[in-house]
Amino acid sequence: MQALNIKKGASSHSAYDLRTPYEDVIETHTLAVLVDNESGVLARVIGLFSGRGYNIESLTVAEVDHRGHLSRITIVTRGTPQVIEQIKAQLERMVPVHEVHDLTVEGPAVQRELALFKVAGTGDHRVEALRLADIFRANVVDSTLESFVFEITGTAEKIDAFAELMRPLGLKEMARTGVAALARGA
Amino acid sequence: MTKVMTGARMVVQALKDQGVEVVFGYPGGAVLPIYDEIFQQNDIRHILVRHEQGAVHAAEGYARSTGKPGVVLVTSGPGATNAVTGITDALMDSIPLVVLTGQVPTFLIGNDAFQEADTVGITRPCTKHNWLVKETSKLAETIHQAFHVATQGRPGPVLIDIPKDVQFATGTYVPPAKARTDHYRPRVKGDRAAIERLAELMETAERPIFYTGGGVINSGTEASRLLRELVAATDFPITSTLMGLGAYPGSGKNWLGMLGMHGLYEANLAMHGCDLMIAVGARFDDRITGRVTDFSPHSIKAHIDIDPSSINKVIHADIPIVGDVTEVLRELLEVWKARGAKSNRAALPKWWAKIDGWRKVNCLNYRNSDKVIKPQYALQRLEALTRGRDRYITTEVGQHQMWAAQFLTFDDPNRWMTSGGLGTMGYGLPASIGVQIAHPEALVINVAGEASWLMNMQEMGTAMQFRAPVKQFILNNERLGMVRQWQQLLHGERYSHSWSESLPDFVKLAEAFGCKGILCSDPKDLDDAIMEMLDYDGPVIFDCLVEKHENCFPMIPSGKPHNEMLLGDASTEGAISGAGGALV
Repeated sequence: MQALNIKKGASSHSAYDLRTPYEDVIETHTLAVLVDNESGVLARVIGLFSGRGYNIESLTVAEVDHRGHLSRITIVTRGTPQVIEQIKAQLERMVPVHEVHDLTVEGPAVQRELALFKVAGTGDHRVEALRLADIFRANVVDSTLESFVFEITGTAEKIDAFAELMRPLGLKEMARTGVAALARGA
Repeated sequence: MTKVMTGARMVVQALKDQGVEVVFGYPGGAVLPIYDEIFQQNDIRHILVRHEQGAVHAAEGYARSTGKPGVVLVTSGPGATNAVTGITDALMDSIPLVVLTGQVPTFLIGNDAFQEADTVGITRPCTKHNWLVKETSKLAETIHQAFHVATQGRPGPVLIDIPKDVQFATGTYVPPAKARTDHYRPRVKGDRAAIERLAELMETAERPIFYTGGGVINSGTEASRLLRELVAATDFPITSTLMGLGAYPGSGKNWLGMLGMHGLYEANLAMHGCDLMIAVGARFDDRITGRVTDFSPHSIKAHIDIDPSSINKVIHADIPIVGDVTEVLRELLEVWKARGAKSNRAALPKWWAKIDGWRKVNCLNYRNSDKVIKPQYALQRLEALTRGRDRYITTEVGQHQMWAAQFLTFDDPNRWMTSGGLGTMGYGLPASIGVQIAHPEALVINVAGEASWLMNMQEMGTAMQFRAPVKQFILNNERLGMVRQWQQLLHGERYSHSWSESLPDFVKLAEAFGCKGILCSDPKDLDDAIMEMLDYDGPVIFDCLVEKHENCFPMIPSGKPHNEMLLGDASTEGAISGAGGALV
């Protein structure tokens, strides 16, 4: 047992151990959360993430069972394995939460996101944008003489790649839905 | 049989059907219809507090001393926001509460109406769950669901926000048996294989320890009984968190005392040196673990908890067992006995010999004085003079709270009510009133510091009105003692705003409230003064002037592991010297 060797007037001390106890690998996980579609349920889930300092990379929510009043929230989050485990446990204990599935560890899953891109330009740029859109299987859903709106569906990576290609060709605006995901198989 | 009634009557009917006997509350515009119904019946007793925070703490005291949910009724806007501190306190300490708040009429919600606040929005992060009821037909069922959620699984506070028009409108009453509660069913039975694995490890463990917490108390008195049986059957040492005191008797032979930042030397060193830690209803709070990376480095850890999110949150559990403490302990005892109740008889005596060595350090030793009352001495005398009585203790927050935990003995559960997780100054006085309302004949003492006590002293009016003879035992050091201690140890003795200036004369204050005031400043008079307090049939404010600069030891300093704790100067002569002397 030793006396504390704290310099007189030291101010960096706290009642807490301020160092991060676990420095670990950061993983990305996609969670599917089935909740009662009641007022405030989304605020509850988001509040959990902000209140406990968890990350939200992407979030989608919509009612999926009208008669059962159930909504499905798909969350893409990042954290250490310990944090991901905490997030799932914290979600599971919420009263309106029925099920939590970690699609990243529960076997293969299909992940899709829809995005709209507005690209303005004339001449070569316009032709090149249309050609690339064809390669990416994007649909033209609006067109003027100076612009297109493309609709594209795919993984988040595919949409990122398309955005990079459109940027020099006159990308004006983009809207993304966030990831929706389902486990593969029956 | 269907019954049609107003929403306000439904509230009272639902409370009666839930077995509620006492409601702590404060009226206001948005709950007037409910108060009108309360006026017209005699089954439910309403305790009028002086501030809504007091209502919630009183309900917490009621809940913790009875094991039943506490019920609070307050108005919209400021009524609800004043309750927030108490609700958060109950969430942190897992206390079952049902809080009913009035709300402006549904057609005014969102209009910035008079006394409107987004109560469900504000209380979403500080309740276990909350509801805004927009239709009278759903009100009764929601109240029944609220009691279910508050009490099942890990207990906690829930809140129901009831707009005024919903209270006036009529609907069909739904009795408790018809209310849908099947959706929220937390797991209570532990995993059998894990329990068997734990029993197996308990047989070979050379240095085992039980580390128990508030979850044992929350699980009910049966959990405490099973814990005592298990400790007796295994002869393992046992320590507990601040929240768990009383689950195992403080006079029991296997008791090591409280652990943690101001825990006992033997408890913390046993935690550090154990090879099998059995955590029961405890959550590895930062005041318990100290430096996480060096926490009990050589032990296998089993963790029994009803809340899956408590497991692996701070400390990795080698054997996680999700379930209700009562259920799991019962099964563990069965397995233990079926396997022949075989503790490691070769190793246990050595472990106990080591513990006895730590006990000899006598870590609670302090330098007494015949001129000034030491706070530790005051508590020792309080302990000695109340021994053998059915005694309930509440506390405020700070040094006095830690000394109370160290120097008072709790032999039964539900006798110790303190704000652990949130550390709410101002908790003790209203909590003591809630306890006294639940146990009118019992001796209820709030061990307080003068600064904490002032935070909710208006509740003395409540104590007087409802003839709750609570004893307010104030250890008055004219300082915010724990803040001052930290400033002395860690901030170069710069005592920034940590003294109590312009204190009231507590004896005159007592007279102003119409109760008894006692002042004591001489150790020679202390016993008589305490006896005078105990013998008085009514509330007492006891102003005990104590040593102003006493520090609370033992102490695990910031970011240190259990084996680097500091002892008081009476037992660490020489360990603190030179320039470090001022800092400890």
